[in-house]
Amino acid sequence: MQMFDPRAQQGQDPVGETSNLIPVLNLAETEVERQMTICNSCRYCEGFCAVFPAMTRRLEFGQADIHYLANLCHNCGACLHACQYTAPHEFAVNVPQAMAKVRLETYAEYAWPAAFGRLYKRNGLTLALASAAALVLFLILTMAASGNLFAPVTGGDFYAIFPHNTLVLMFGSVFGFAMLALALGVRRFWRNVSPPGAPEVNVNAAALEATQAVLELKYLDGGHGQGCNNADDKFTLWRRRFHHLTFYGFLLCFAATSVATLYHYLLGWAAPYPVTSLPVLLGIFGGIGLLIGPAGLLWLNYRRHPEHGDVNQRPMDRGFIALLFLVSLSGLALLAGRETSALALLLATHLGLVMAFFLTMPYSKFAHGIFRSAALLKSAIEKRQPNTLKLGDD
Amino acid sequence: MIDVLVVGGGNAALCAALMAREAGARVLVLESSPREWRGGNSQHTRNLRCMHEAPQDVLIDAYPEEEYWQDLLKVTGGITNERLARIAIRASSSCRDWMRSHGVHFQPPLSGALHVARTNAFFMGGGKALVNAYYRSAESLGVQVRYDVPVADIELQDGRFIAAHIAERVVDGQRLPAERIEARSCVLAAGGFESNREWLREAWGQNERGEWPSDNFLIRGTRFNTGVLLRRMIELGADAIGDPTQAHMVAIDARAPLYDGGICTRIDCVSLGVVVNREGRRFYDEGEDFWPKRYAIWGRLVAQQPGQIGFSIIDRKSVGSFMPPVFPGTKANSLGELARQLELPEAEFVKTVEDYNRACRVGTFDHTALDDCHTEGLSPAKTHWARPIDTPPFYGYPLRPGVTFTYLGLKTNEHAVVHFTGKPSPNLFVAGEMMAGNVLGKGYTAGIGMAIGTAFGRIAGTQAAMAAGYRTHAVTAGHDHANV
Repeated sequence: MQMFDPRAQQGQDPVGETSNLIPVLNLAETEVERQMTICNSCRYCEGFCAVFPAMTRRLEFGQADIHYLANLCHNCGACLHACQYTAPHEFAVNVPQAMAKVRLETYAEYAWPAAFGRLYKRNGLTLALASAAALVLFLILTMAASGNLFAPVTGGDFYAIFPHNTLVLMFGSVFGFAMLALALGVRRFWRNVSPPGAPEVNVNAAALEATQAVLELKYLDGGHGQGCNNADDKFTLWRRRFHHLTFYGFLLCFAATSVATLYHYLLGWAAPYPVTSLPVLLGIFGGIGLLIGPAGLLWLNYRRHPEHGDVNQRPMDRGFIALLFLVSLSGLALLAGRETSALALLLATHLGLVMAFFLTMPYSKFAHGIFRSAALLKSAIEKRQPNTLKLGDD
Repeated sequence: MIDVLVVGGGNAALCAALMAREAGARVLVLESSPREWRGGNSQHTRNLRCMHEAPQDVLIDAYPEEEYWQDLLKVTGGITNERLARIAIRASSSCRDWMRSHGVHFQPPLSGALHVARTNAFFMGGGKALVNAYYRSAESLGVQVRYDVPVADIELQDGRFIAAHIAERVVDGQRLPAERIEARSCVLAAGGFESNREWLREAWGQNERGEWPSDNFLIRGTRFNTGVLLRRMIELGADAIGDPTQAHMVAIDARAPLYDGGICTRIDCVSLGVVVNREGRRFYDEGEDFWPKRYAIWGRLVAQQPGQIGFSIIDRKSVGSFMPPVFPGTKANSLGELARQLELPEAEFVKTVEDYNRACRVGTFDHTALDDCHTEGLSPAKTHWARPIDTPPFYGYPLRPGVTFTYLGLKTNEHAVVHFTGKPSPNLFVAGEMMAGNVLGKGYTAGIGMAIGTAFGRIAGTQAAMAAGYRTHAVTAGHDHANV
């Protein structure tokens, strides 16, 4: 279908000066600009999420605005199903799809080091290769350490295979690098979308609001609390619920590791810990959440409306979900089998998958949480700034 | 056998279907469009004008019945039916809980629409979200819905509905046979005829310049309202009401698509500048009143101009003070250059603007009030918001009449019954734009179309269920009309 472009009708700039917009927009960004120009003159979707209120503060959309709005969009789908201008209308508006395409580009563009951004091009492959490589690494290390994948280890003491300090060094450095890479990436994003000189606002209140929006997944509630869309125009809260299980399950697992580290260094209690101990309980609950959450998200992903979001990103989404699921599954299996001769094999598998996850964190779907949180913070700050437009009533 | 057949698939049709189903009737909805275009003009709507005596969730203050009625009286110039108008007005005060129960969400007014915060309740996501909610609710309640089924004829026996006829048709390359669908009663809610170019031509005729004005009209509404059934009903002797040239008609961007342009094709800078016709001359007071109170007359004003085109002209001072238009304005650094780009007679256009500029008496400009900026010694005058157009760049937006829906419809009463030479049919009802002309003889005010569609859709559905033998408390019609 020939895309309708309001600007092409006259070969003119929109009202105001766009000629000095730097840099020039690429294809996906131009599409967001085209659609935002249509949406900005309609505004019916203003109640759904934070994207449209942010849009109404603008008359034109430069690259920084587009990067910001793309990451503010949660791909909930509400505006797609409510749109009077979606295909077969000649305006062919599909905001979630246009935003998703730019969003992926921003992950790649802001990735640090920059060269690694291209890992987003074939992200399913990236995750598969990282998993394979990390698994092989740990199987070889296990073989080297024990000489046998099924060597019995007394009392489930996995430090007999990998000394504690070895694990801390390996995982600590990889995790540290991932955090650094994500921080540098999002810092560049922030500087780009938040030019200096904006009016001062109460940043604490804004940060609190943004944090709440992140922790509640506020913008998967559809604006009315009945949820977002998935397979069709029906609303569902299951995307939000499964995401909560995934997110909080992940945090509980992370907490399990953190508590265990404190036990080790502060209290001098060495693993393995009993099933009723805090780290193990956190790990069990977190692990269960991290099984059900990703399984549910994957199921929803397969049922997603074909026009909803960017289908080319499904390998990235599904690869990431599958990796999370496997990390959790292998962790729980390790716990269940730690008294058996399968310990070494289970340990190598779990460590390999966790290593793959850490290695790819700055170059996988994981980045969405970081960039979206930043966009939500910007949104919370921006809405506290005075609106420079004084659009009269229509 | 079907109890209640509903012809049409927009707001009024779905309200009728839901009410009939709630009364226990077996209901079939026939939507002429494919599924992706379902909902008629309702998919382009955004709010409901609501009467209320006190603040109500998204509505502030009060909008009492009498004020609502006076507003309606003003815009229609008295061409309305008070009895039916008051039924719609009262129903608008109590229908929203029912709408919510079928999945409609309301929200406070959108940015740029605060002037209707008191009078209009906005649908979250707009009319298509409402239509989607109604279809979901209807289907979950067991209402049958069929798409791509345009009803071409109605079989009657002494004013009694017998069956609907659907002609043979091709859908997605597949030939579907003609059908005859019987039902105990029927609701007609198939819209006006605004997308029937031939009929528009016939209604508007040829003007003194030899033009066929309607050939230059754009249709803001659905492409599926061709009025086939409306025309057939009139041929069959149903009583009609309304002037076929009357319609909800606003001035929209001339570059809008021929159909389904919807809300975003509006041009909101008329009151900030001047509007000239193809000859470069002004023709009406652009500052007569607030734009929301005047936008509905500008479609006809432009329709009366040569070539049915106008140009809204502003300068840099106005940029950022009105809702952003979907199409960029034509931009120029001098009035002469703007005239050339817009293909207007340059000398005439420049003279018009310069005469206007000289006549401006600028006091304190305030676009949110009827301010004291006006012209003196100019005809036509600009009575408010008159500021010289003298700060480049200058912008021009071409305007065409944009029809949302036509007002010619079937005459009806408080039971939404179709009449044949004054005699009510026992089982044939009408709702929505197909009868809105009973209330709206001319003019328009935001959210009134949905108020009429909801009120009479619900009445028609209840009455149709009763005509099919279902006992129901006739909510809206029963209580309210008794008091009128």
